Amino acid sequence: MNSLPLLSLLVFTPWLGALVLALLPRLGGGPARTLALLFSLSTLALGAVALGSFDPAAPGLQFVEKRAWIAALGVSYHLGLDGLNLVLVLLTGLVAPAALFGTIGSVTRPALYGALFLVLQGAALGVFLFLDFFPWFVCWELSLVPAFFLLKLWGGPGAARAAYQFVIYTIGGSAFMLLGFAALYAAAGTFDFVQLAALAREGALAGKLAALGGVWPQVIFYGVLLGLAVKVPLWPFHTWLPPAYAEAPTGASMFLTGVMSKMGVYGFLRILWPLFPADLQTAAPWLLWLALGGVVLGAYAALRQTDLKRMVAYSSVNHLSYCLLALFAVSSCGSELARDASVAALSGTILQMFNHGLSAAALFYCVGILESRSGGRRGLGDFGGVRTAAPVFAGFCGIAMFSSLGLPGLNGFVGEFLIFRGVFGLQPVLAAVATLGLLATALFLLTFWQRVFHGPAAGAGVGFRDLGAGETATLLPLLVLMFVLGLMPQLLIRLFNPLVASWAAHLSP
Amino acid sequence: MNALPWTIYVSFAGALLALAAGQRSASAARVVGLLTALTGLGLALGAAADFTPAAGLQTLVNAPWIPELGVRYHLAADGISLTLVVLTGLAATAGVLFSWNIGERTGEFFALYFALIGGVYGVFLSADAFAFFVFYEIAIVPKYFLIANWGSTNREYGAMKLVLYSFAGSALVLAGLLWAHGAAGGDSFALADLAAAAPNFTRFEQLGMFALLFTGFAVLAGMFPFHTWAPTGHVAAPTAASMLLAGVVMKLGAYGCLRVAMVTFPAGLAYFAPVIAWLAIIGILYAGFVALVQDDFKFVIGYSSVSHMGFVLLGLAAANATAVAGAVLQMFSHGVIAGLLFAVVGRMVYERTHTRKMDDLRALPLHRLLPFAAVVFVLAGLASMGLPGFSGFPAELTILIGTWKTSPLWALVAASGVLVAAAFTLRAIQVSFFGQNETAKDAPDHHYEPITWPEKAGAVLLLAATVYVGLNPDALLRWITPALESPLLRAALNGGAP
Repeated sequence: MNSLPLLSLLVFTPWLGALVLALLPRLGGGPARTLALLFSLSTLALGAVALGSFDPAAPGLQFVEKRAWIAALGVSYHLGLDGLNLVLVLLTGLVAPAALFGTIGSVTRPALYGALFLVLQGAALGVFLFLDFFPWFVCWELSLVPAFFLLKLWGGPGAARAAYQFVIYTIGGSAFMLLGFAALYAAAGTFDFVQLAALAREGALAGKLAALGGVWPQVIFYGVLLGLAVKVPLWPFHTWLPPAYAEAPTGASMFLTGVMSKMGVYGFLRILWPLFPADLQTAAPWLLWLALGGVVLGAYAALRQTDLKRMVAYSSVNHLSYCLLALFAVSSCGSELARDASVAALSGTILQMFNHGLSAAALFYCVGILESRSGGRRGLGDFGGVRTAAPVFAGFCGIAMFSSLGLPGLNGFVGEFLIFRGVFGLQPVLAAVATLGLLATALFLLTFWQRVFHGPAAGAGVGFRDLGAGETATLLPLLVLMFVLGLMPQLLIRLFNPLVASWAAHLSP
Repeated sequence: MNALPWTIYVSFAGALLALAAGQRSASAARVVGLLTALTGLGLALGAAADFTPAAGLQTLVNAPWIPELGVRYHLAADGISLTLVVLTGLAATAGVLFSWNIGERTGEFFALYFALIGGVYGVFLSADAFAFFVFYEIAIVPKYFLIANWGSTNREYGAMKLVLYSFAGSALVLAGLLWAHGAAGGDSFALADLAAAAPNFTRFEQLGMFALLFTGFAVLAGMFPFHTWAPTGHVAAPTAASMLLAGVVMKLGAYGCLRVAMVTFPAGLAYFAPVIAWLAIIGILYAGFVALVQDDFKFVIGYSSVSHMGFVLLGLAAANATAVAGAVLQMFSHGVIAGLLFAVVGRMVYERTHTRKMDDLRALPLHRLLPFAAVVFVLAGLASMGLPGFSGFPAELTILIGTWKTSPLWALVAASGVLVAAAFTLRAIQVSFFGQNETAKDAPDHHYEPITWPEKAGAVLLLAATVYVGLNPDALLRWITPALESPLLRAALNGGAP
């Protein structure tokens, strides 16, 4: 397409930044912060370039880079962009610099913090852009390393345990995913997602796996499923998430929930569904119940929390489960589905990923502000009347909450609306039950709002300092986007609409 | 390529020179040691540069040795031996760098060290079972003295246990070889001749010989339940000896299993493969769980070696070209990574803090006191966990692919070993280097001697090797894969059919 390896640049620029920071240990705090931020912004800049020359209507992948890499394992260096990962690249480009900008000023050892953060950012981009299992898995696992150290070195008092649990859970899932891919390679002789998906579409892959006999084709499917489900997380594999998000430093929480949680959902869309359409269809009826469990129980668990960070963490479980609910609903109906409903559900999934990234990152940032102003307290009862003391902060936090809760006019509404519209068409009963989740979400966010912002100033709310310039600058772009996308969701939808339409067309020939 | 036998001669000559130089001064002996190791590595890499991957062994030397017994001094190499020779060169060089501080009888230390290395090179290059066995014994004896003289915790016990196990293994190997030699007519010890004669033996003979040889070698490879020498030996050994023990000596066992037992008696392999595979899997999981609860840092690494060698044995037992290629890659990978781990634990940490107890280390903010050691250990630990980007990943992936082809069940159980490895490695990183939180200022202020240049050089050398192979496994696989196409190995992997 064009001679510049745009996607490689996207992935490698943050890593280059990490390397620069690591090699310049004597760099002062100020220059280190600036450098980290500049390298982090590269994603946004390069993402904008990609957006500029991306053609949504063109079928297949764009900006493809493909080179042979490891002959013995048939591994290729394969990158490609379509509407799905473009959205996620843009999300990363927004959330990562915001998280870094908002937090790097107040952390100890900013150079190390920035370097780890950039490694994490590059790894997430690698997961979104690589199309061959080997490099994809390199990034998938690599992302754990900086996340582990960010949690451990800058996290709260329980961070060591939370970090350990987080990594072990994820690696546990990944080990079985690795086995699944080893088996796929043994059967199909390739690690390339595109080739595997093509084989699956022709039915050749299922045939090759069926030749194994017994339960083994199922083992492969569930191995890959487990690896992705832990990462999302799908209920009941979510137990690592609340402590990890709650103990992580604010910047890491923002990135984990904003970007990293999308890696799992992306994996479902890019890998599990295309490679195992039949298996997913068979499993979908009960997977739907798990997703529903995440929607409803995640929201009710959030309702029961008194720690604000854990509350927002549980709301992430709830929001991401909507994405999976929609996907499983589409998949469960196989080829008899109503095409409109499935287009709506899948569009909703992608949109919800983006929206949740914005709103959850903003919410974690707000909770981080509450925490840092009150000397580390973040209990529901530790504050009161913050609105009187800090009206701007209250307003910003309120917008993020209403976006998260799906108020019309803000971005969150559109995604959830599309998901509900789709799921109602496909699985009406489940959609009805899922509305319970909406109700609980409204309840806990309003409780949050009321206890912390309303009433007479109390606890740490007394004399609460309003947002500084840096904090405003961190939140404002995210909030503006919430309005823009709430009013003009087409800006985003047009990027992936043709892609989603083609998925739906494949389902119902 | 034809210079490869010189790796052996240079090492033995280096041993004598180091002994002589040690009379003069310790630093002279060190320089001789480093030059010897570098020459060996240089010869190995030089041979690798003009190596043409091919099926079958390429003869380097073939001269009569003891004509009455049909023993020939026959050295030969293929991609598998070349991989392990390069590994030996790397491990030997790094080992010298991490022994730089040995000030007591330095000359003798390096003399024994290079006697061991020479023996190891010899084993990897032998194509005659007699020569193989002679070099194998040469490699075993110096270990005892290295541990007993320069070792630490419980060194007499560790040294004795290790040598008794090794000799017991050798006795089985010797019995198997003599039996095969006699049954074949007694006029040749060449591995190829033994393999050619083997199909004419009775089935009982074939199975019996295979069992003797494989068990004998597997003792040294640390196969469950014959592994118990490994952790105690590693713990007792001085740093460089642990590095060599885990890095190359355990590979001698695995190499013997492949080159002698499996190639000569394919029927035995076919018969015993399930037993070997399950023992290997038990080793992977059992040693992993044991490593999870150790209190001595070196025991953690010692048991992790047993666990990782389980993957090698599993790859061999799965007996197809993919799995065996993975097993050889894992031998290389584990050699490098285990060397690195022992270097950090034994040299960088223990010789400064004088403790290896996890509880004591937990109280020290080691990541601030020894940041270089912390970074190296984290990277080595990630490599050891099989994280992609390091050599352990393509090795374990290849083994899993190959094992799946033979038995999905084995692969499934072994995959859970990856999880156990992650758990114990992460625990070791967490407790030993990051036990004390950043904020704790009341920790006693320790001042340790900073990390020296030989330590840094050794660590960088090994890290570079594991990352290079991790990102470019073709570098080794393109040697290994063609070697598995040789008629003998193909027959071995096809249960005896050509």
